[in-house]
Amino acid sequence: MIDMAKVSKKNMKKETIVKKSRGMTESSAATEPRVVYDDGDDEEEHLNEENLSSEEEQEGEDGASDERKRQKLLEAISALGGKRKNKLGERSEAAVHMSEFTVNADGGGDKVDLSDLIGNIDKTQAVPNKTKNQLKTLQQNEKTIETPLSKQESERIQRNVAFHKVATEVTQWKGIIQQNQKAEQLIFPLNQEPSGPRAMETVVTCWKAQTPLEQEIFSLLSANKQPIHNPILTPVEEATLKAMSFEEAKVRRAELQKARALQSYYEAKSRRERKIKSKKYHKVLNKAKRKDFLKQFETMVKTDPAAALEELNKMELARMKERMSLKHQNSGKWAKSKAIMAKYDEGARKAMQQQLEVNKDLTQKLVTSLNNDQEEEEEEEGGNPEVIPEFVNDAEQGVDSSNPWMRGKLFESPTEREVSDTVDFTEEGPGIMVNTAEEEEDDDEEGTEEERLLREFDHRRRLRQAEEADIVAVITVEHEEENKAAGACVSVLEEEEEENKAAAACVSVLEEDEEENKAAAACVSVLEEEEEEEEELSKFKSVFQGIANTHLDAEVEKAEETADTNHVDTHLEEGLMRIRTLEDVALLSQMESVADQTPVQPLTSPTTENMLSTTKMVGKNSKRKRGIELKQVLTKESKVIQVPLALTVEDKEDSDEMLDQRGLIKEAFAGDNVISDFLKDKRKQEDVGKPKVVDLTLPGWGEWGGMGHKPSRNKRRKFRIRTVPRPPRKDQHLPSVIISEKRNSSISLHQVNSLPSPFVNHTQFESTIRSPIGRMWNTEQTVNKITNPKVVTQMGAIIEPMAKEELMKNKKQVSTGNSSGVEPIKTKPMKHTKKK
Amino acid sequence: MASPGKANVKSPHVGKKKKPPARYWDKLQQEEGNNDENKDGKDGGKAQHAPRRTQKRKLEETRRDRNKFISGKSDPFPGPAPIPEERLQKFKRKDKIKKPRKGQRTLRATIAHSEQTCEMAKKQAARFDLLLPEDAGFLEGDKDEDTCTISQDDIADAVDITSGAKYFNLKLSQFGPYRLDYNKTGRHLLLGGRRGHVACIDWQSKQLMCEINVMESISDVKWLHSEEMYAVAQKKWLYIYDSKGIELHCIRKFNDVLRMQFLPYHFLLATASSTSFLQYLDVSVGKEVAAYCTKTGRLDVMCQNPHNAVIHLGHSNGTVTLWSPNQKEALVKMLCHQGGVRSVTVDKTGTYMVTSGMDKKLKVYDIRAFKPLKSYFLPAGASCLSLSHRGLLSAATGDIVQVYRDVWSCPVTKPYMAHRVRGTAWGLQFCPFEDVLGVGHGDGFTSMLVPGAGEPNFDGLDANPYRSVKQKREWEVKALLEKIQPELITLDPSELGKVDYATFEQRHQDRVKALGFDPLAKEKFVPKHKKKGRSSAGNIEKRKKQVAHEDQRDIIKQSVEDKLRKKDTGKEAASSLSGQKSALDRFKK
Repeated sequence: MIDMAKVSKKNMKKETIVKKSRGMTESSAATEPRVVYDDGDDEEEHLNEENLSSEEEQEGEDGASDERKRQKLLEAISALGGKRKNKLGERSEAAVHMSEFTVNADGGGDKVDLSDLIGNIDKTQAVPNKTKNQLKTLQQNEKTIETPLSKQESERIQRNVAFHKVATEVTQWKGIIQQNQKAEQLIFPLNQEPSGPRAMETVVTCWKAQTPLEQEIFSLLSANKQPIHNPILTPVEEATLKAMSFEEAKVRRAELQKARALQSYYEAKSRRERKIKSKKYHKVLNKAKRKDFLKQFETMVKTDPAAALEELNKMELARMKERMSLKHQNSGKWAKSKAIMAKYDEGARKAMQQQLEVNKDLTQKLVTSLNNDQEEEEEEEGGNPEVIPEFVNDAEQGVDSSNPWMRGKLFESPTEREVSDTVDFTEEGPGIMVNTAEEEEDDDEEGTEEERLLREFDHRRRLRQAEEADIVAVITVEHEEENKAAGACVSVLEEEEEENKAAAACVSVLEEDEEENKAAAACVSVLEEEEEEEEELSKFKSVFQGIANTHLDAEVEKAEETADTNHVDTHLEEGLMRIRTLEDVALLSQMESVADQTPVQPLTSPTTENMLSTTKMVGKNSKRKRGIELKQVLTKESKVIQVPLALTVEDKEDSDEMLDQRGLIKEAFAGDNVISDFLKDKRKQEDVGKPKVVDLTLPGWGEWGGMGHKPSRNKRRKFRIRTVPRPPRKDQHLPSVIISEKRNSSISLHQVNSLPSPFVNHTQFESTIRSPIGRMWNTEQTVNKITNPKVVTQMGAIIEPMAKEELMKNKKQVSTGNSSGVEPIKTKPMKHTKKK
Repeated sequence: MASPGKANVKSPHVGKKKKPPARYWDKLQQEEGNNDENKDGKDGGKAQHAPRRTQKRKLEETRRDRNKFISGKSDPFPGPAPIPEERLQKFKRKDKIKKPRKGQRTLRATIAHSEQTCEMAKKQAARFDLLLPEDAGFLEGDKDEDTCTISQDDIADAVDITSGAKYFNLKLSQFGPYRLDYNKTGRHLLLGGRRGHVACIDWQSKQLMCEINVMESISDVKWLHSEEMYAVAQKKWLYIYDSKGIELHCIRKFNDVLRMQFLPYHFLLATASSTSFLQYLDVSVGKEVAAYCTKTGRLDVMCQNPHNAVIHLGHSNGTVTLWSPNQKEALVKMLCHQGGVRSVTVDKTGTYMVTSGMDKKLKVYDIRAFKPLKSYFLPAGASCLSLSHRGLLSAATGDIVQVYRDVWSCPVTKPYMAHRVRGTAWGLQFCPFEDVLGVGHGDGFTSMLVPGAGEPNFDGLDANPYRSVKQKREWEVKALLEKIQPELITLDPSELGKVDYATFEQRHQDRVKALGFDPLAKEKFVPKHKKKGRSSAGNIEKRKKQVAHEDQRDIIKQSVEDKLRKKDTGKEAASSLSGQKSALDRFKK
């Protein structure tokens, strides 16, 4: 049936198409024959006319007048049909009989040349010269006129131009529109004259002289240079004021010039000085500077101890800065050049080594009281500090930076170091000084004096320690007083020492000492140059005592740790002390004073430290547990509060209340299983919230089933549907709290559930609606400001569309406003120039 | 308020000796020059809150001006008066958020605008904080004198007469221990004796408004929104009376009520019954909003959190549960005591909760984080607790009423004040806006003086103790209009200002279903078809793989980099900090 219907439909369609085509043909047929007919008609007419003419020719052969008549008639007849003339022109068949009325191209050349037409114009006198010239230029001009554009193209261009014109016109409004869009409030009608009384000033400024009397007065005023708008100062006064400011400027300029010149002189001078290559010169200079500084410092110590302290702090700071800079890492230009030389040059190698040591020294942390804490921590970690082998501590001390393996000895008695250290603060090695001076001249020119001095000291200390193996002291003196000073701490330590003696270490230390003694006996060298330096530096001692103190403190503490090494000394009841020069002996008294101050601090006995550490450990443990243990939370110790007044009346429970027995009992014994109940409850809640795993495996599906057969692991895994785990509960870390995870749907009705247009994420939106705007929370002014309506219209006022004049006005205002704003700044310099 | 616009007056004409007087036309000129956008007339606030850039420019101008003075004199107080930082902090609403990227102009504008208004509101509020002139004081003893030993009589003698008159006793020994309630303004006192005595008093003038005996046992009394009406929980039902003692309602739906709380902004009366039912009654329309069975036995401990209108209930198993009328189960359940909970109270800001239990402990909790802060042991155990506006805690232990200061900030060893009343204390409440603590006890009522208890600055539009009848009427209408619906009670009130994420996602899913595609999804990468056999299946897959999870990869890369950097810096810091060397360090260069 359906097919049939389709077929019939198709047939119908065909028919209609056929019909249509028929109709088409019919219509065309109807038009075509008419055309043909028309043509035929024309031709017939034509033929008729020709026939007529031939007949007339035959009739009137007799006279020429007849001929003329006939011509006229022909013309008249031809004039009747408009088309005929064209037809005549188009006739192109070759004809012997040439009509004199038409020009035929076949006759002469191919084209009619202009010269053909106007060739004899030159000869004719009647044509004026002007036209002749014009014709000539026309002849020379060979350009052909371009073909005119097609209609579509020209229209397109016109449209384009028109569009641009309109677009520019419209974009003029863009600024205003944007401004209005951005404006917090728009009041329509725009640009309304503010009602109510106007400010006096606006009236005054807007007012213009109109009546002749007013004009006269104004002219008088202006002639006398009296102020018109600004009634405070006359222009003359203003001018004088400005003149004064000019004078001032001049003075100031002169000052500035002078300062600049001085600066440039100074710069030039320093540049010159820097270029001087003489090392001796620099040495002398530095020395002088140092002396100067010392003098200053000493006076400062006397006069202004606070300032001196500050200076000291500065020194410290300078050292810190030096530390922070990576100057000594042998990565600079100088270091690179030295590295190249190092292969061949002993001196260069040494210099580099020194530099490295400086670096190490600087990067070493200063042993301060802070170290105490670290040691405590260490002990915490290690548990038993006494068990730690001594060399670990020794390495930690690491005051001597150069490789101990290279030096050939592992240990160094702490007292020894102590001494050497203290000596370092007071002693000076001039030989070394020379060495160090070289480098420093290279890289420390910009450094401050203090910085340089400090670094020198450090250098010397390092070098002294490095070279200890080679150049050894002259005399070893048993210094009892020194020992006494250290005795306090030693006595404390003795107890511990006895507990754990490491015999091997003792022996090694002894051996070491012997070696050193031998070496000491070997060489005696007293450098005379040192003396001066020493004297100079003895002044420093007092200053550096503070620093030395801290150093000593730390060292004594370390001595506690390396008790075994100390052991020897204490047993001998004497301190080893090396003094190189006689001056050093003189300086000993100074050291004593230093040493005397030391034993106070280091007395923090390790036992107390241990106590501390244990308490700390306990504290940590408790912290860790706190989050978990509910019982601990509840049984947390609480403060007992004493009340001054004693109770007189016993607090009665509401016994007369209707309470059944069970309830009473339950209330009384509630505390027994409160916690376990609560925990159970919490677990239950957690379980409810947990997502369940759904197992969809069908045993025996796709594999063997039956008793003892389990579906394979792979399959189980495949068919187990795991839901996404829920986000962690809010009370995850609160053992004694159950927070309900149910969603509060009642509030969601009032919440925003889709982000409004310009916002990208919800934090942005939330932040914008976070602060309230109501009267309850804000001041009146704020509320008014915040809740201002965006558009205000006046009742009854006609709001007309913006006129173009307003646009122009606005522009003008902007321009005038700008100019007025800029004017006062611009005019001033102009006047200055005039005066000059 | 001095308008800041005046401060930066531009004066082209400078006097020699004196700074020329600031003229308003100068300001006008300047405004014209600046082409001020502010169109409306109030320039005082406007100028201040103009965009920051213009402010900066103005500042610079003022600086230039200052330099211009030849006399060397300059404005000693340039610019607007500074606001102390802490006061600004007090009114801070939110932190600034990160500005969006450059492209989104409208977004940037809206955010900037909101930020600006917020800032302005904060500043204004901080400025006007100056107008709260009243200050709270505290009792200070002499040397070696505990403030808790100072008796009420001494205090009453020392203070002025009006304040001294606020210490008084009402001897009502007939009708048994009394419960009490002050109304919101603190002017009116409602007393309910256990044996049926109800009395309303304008306690400051000591004027009795009404006195009735309901001839039934009374468990609690409560003022409703105004001093016109109050609710009395009687033996069986809940009754509502007016201030003349006329019974207005008997609500049979609310039976066996033991405790009541009134939520003033929601017009809700919450009741807890001995049948363990928590019920909410909307007082404005007289409808029961919600009724939940808590299944925790007799409910005789109840308080409200004034910050979020959540009801706290204490139970005999040592737990405190938090309830809102919108959820059938407790919002939060906290285990606070090993014995039963005897009393609970929450401070005005909703930050702290203080509980006392049968285990004779007094505990302070941070109720926002549900964490315990302090725990005290009271040898006698506190039966009633009450917190004042300024954070004083009163605890009744038997017949002694103790008042503590700063229980949460620093550990307390002694009470701030103590007073012995004539019977066992039954009800305690601090009077709002007064330094007065009302104690209902077995032998009547005691009004105690507690210096520093009340908030000295009241909000005249919210709770005005000195309001006239007309003002009261006005307030009542406004309050009813601004009534907060019970659905809005949540644990975190700021939740209302958050985007509802769950429904957002749900909606999105629906939309995806309707559209057939995810409009917010990222476009899938379709590799370009290449010719000459370079678009083979393998090649296409390869190309797909190259871009797969690109964003995720970026994130991972970033995180790994961050981690590495952190590790490095940590190591460096550790090494530089410790300065210690291991034994093997000597081999390092």
